[in-house]
Amino acid sequence: MKNQSFKLSATIAVAATLGAGAASADTLRLLTWGGYAPEEIVAKFEAETGHTVEVTKSNNEEMIAKLRATGGGGFDLAQPSQDRIAGPQEEFGIYKPIDLSKIDASLFIPSMLDATKGNTTVGGDVYGVPHVWGTSGLVVDTAKASMVQDYTDLCASDVAGKVSYRLKRPTLIGFAYSMGLDPFAAYGDAAAYEDIMKQVEAKLIECKAGVKTYWGGGDELMGLMRSGEVVASMAWDTGGWKLNADNADITFVAPASGALGWVDTFVLPAKGKADDAAYAWINFVMQPEVAAMITAAAGNFTASKGADAFAADDLKARYQASFPAEAIDNIKWYPPVPAGLEAIEGGVLDRVKAAK
Amino acid sequence: MHREAKLGLVLLLTPLLLWLVLLIFIPHIDLFLVSMRERVGVGQYDLSFANYLTFFQEPLYLVTFLRTAVMSIFATILTLLIGFPVAYYIAKMAKGRTQSALFLLCLVPFWVSELVRTFGWMILLRETGIISNLLQSVGLASGPVEMLYNDAAIMVGLVYTSMLFMVVPLVTTLESLPDEVVEAGYDLGGNGLSVLREIIIPHAMPGIVSGSIVVFMLCLGNYLTPTMLGGKESLWFTELIYSQFIVRFNWELGAAFGFLLLILSSVIVWGMLRLTGQSLEKTMG
Repeated sequence: MKNQSFKLSATIAVAATLGAGAASADTLRLLTWGGYAPEEIVAKFEAETGHTVEVTKSNNEEMIAKLRATGGGGFDLAQPSQDRIAGPQEEFGIYKPIDLSKIDASLFIPSMLDATKGNTTVGGDVYGVPHVWGTSGLVVDTAKASMVQDYTDLCASDVAGKVSYRLKRPTLIGFAYSMGLDPFAAYGDAAAYEDIMKQVEAKLIECKAGVKTYWGGGDELMGLMRSGEVVASMAWDTGGWKLNADNADITFVAPASGALGWVDTFVLPAKGKADDAAYAWINFVMQPEVAAMITAAAGNFTASKGADAFAADDLKARYQASFPAEAIDNIKWYPPVPAGLEAIEGGVLDRVKAAK
Repeated sequence: MHREAKLGLVLLLTPLLLWLVLLIFIPHIDLFLVSMRERVGVGQYDLSFANYLTFFQEPLYLVTFLRTAVMSIFATILTLLIGFPVAYYIAKMAKGRTQSALFLLCLVPFWVSELVRTFGWMILLRETGIISNLLQSVGLASGPVEMLYNDAAIMVGLVYTSMLFMVVPLVTTLESLPDEVVEAGYDLGGNGLSVLREIIIPHAMPGIVSGSIVVFMLCLGNYLTPTMLGGKESLWFTELIYSQFIVRFNWELGAAFGFLLLILSSVIVWGMLRLTGQSLEKTMG
């Protein structure tokens, strides 16, 4: 008995010492996208700073849902897109302001940093800084469906039964632009936005017969394109470039009405416990050499200044082929989504899904 | 002595009670409270039945629920029709090691996760998949055949996923049926059909009922199979709940849907029991 209680107290003592030791070297619980925290970078960061990193892979919606469920706890650093910060922050208060003095602004491309700061400001506080950016547009098998130049071309009879897209909000926005409407300008006006969405809904229902399936995840899309079951689809630029590496015919095409540009950011969850480690991670991965490694892993470019110089040549070549100068100017960057807009879009998506 | 026995009982019950209260009761109460809120402005909520009204006013939601329920009932019947002969063979015809081997064969697919099994079906059924290629090479089809992304594919997936949960209770009840009773049935001039109707099915009824309830609930609450195999035509109630919670940030409506699923599915099970003249007590007892 005595022996046992000694063992117990010894264990507690050891645990307490370990706990105290861990205070200076934190565990960074990172909520991010696949490819944004490659193992080699995590190992390098851990060796350099002594912090440990736990990576959880997710997507925009799930990130916000997870943080909302805990009131902003459970993670120390998250990476939602810049348009999904102000709305959820106003509605649920799941983030905390970023202390810009702890971030090395010289590592960022100034225009991107300013734009993101502007888009993620709520009540005078800045909640996000940019990390990775990219676009969504069309992935096309140019040998079989070179006529697909814009989102609405996915409805053409030439490619009926061989197209796919996601039933998510980028599809609604993309189709709206391609129909000559301007959904971003109507963000502030619920009635006007609803009117635009009604027209998109009618178009998507009309197109449904020609759709092979609505893809859900990137891997599903890859499978469909590789097997040739689908010859044109809405997708992210990196998906197209990845496929291009396997099959030279398939590539990403910036749509005539403009690719949709997104920026994934760094935000601090409201109940994060390792802010120092979070700032250390941000400053670490924004170094040009490290950012180039992330570009190699994720396929997308970062907001890190000077990282382009380290990027692989084949990736740069694919990027330049997909984006001539005028296509870059034509990118439609997502403005912050006002709270409550999702409800309008949700109804449209449900009705499209249910339509015969 | 008496007090000690009481303490023992309390200690024994504690894990179960904790599990029930912490993981079942409290989350459901919370879910119910969330479902009774209505968003009136940024971060502002009122108490109301608006979410429940939405379900009954928007035909889409009602239709989706009915579709899910009808397809689940159909899947349950199919599973029963396929599972009964299998269970009967395992319980009555197969003997000794063959019996265990066959039973094991039913279990084997469940050693891998549902996701992997569903992917297996996708590989088989897709346009460039195995069955399509086989049909073409035999000459039965002239071009690629698409068998994925429709209701039939959903049905195949659901029946496959729930087969085990029908076969196990059926095997258990059928094993308890003495062979002599069946023989007596034949001796008294019965044929295969009348023995099945008068002796085997009545005896297996508890197994049929419990198996059907489990399979129906599993189908109704399935998310993965309808979403992956159904493609653009898949419209499943659990999918609606998921999208309300995750995509729309509309937890209030999602919670109301969750509650309605619980209530309506209970009503359907109760109605089916009444319709077939069964009761839960008879099944369990």
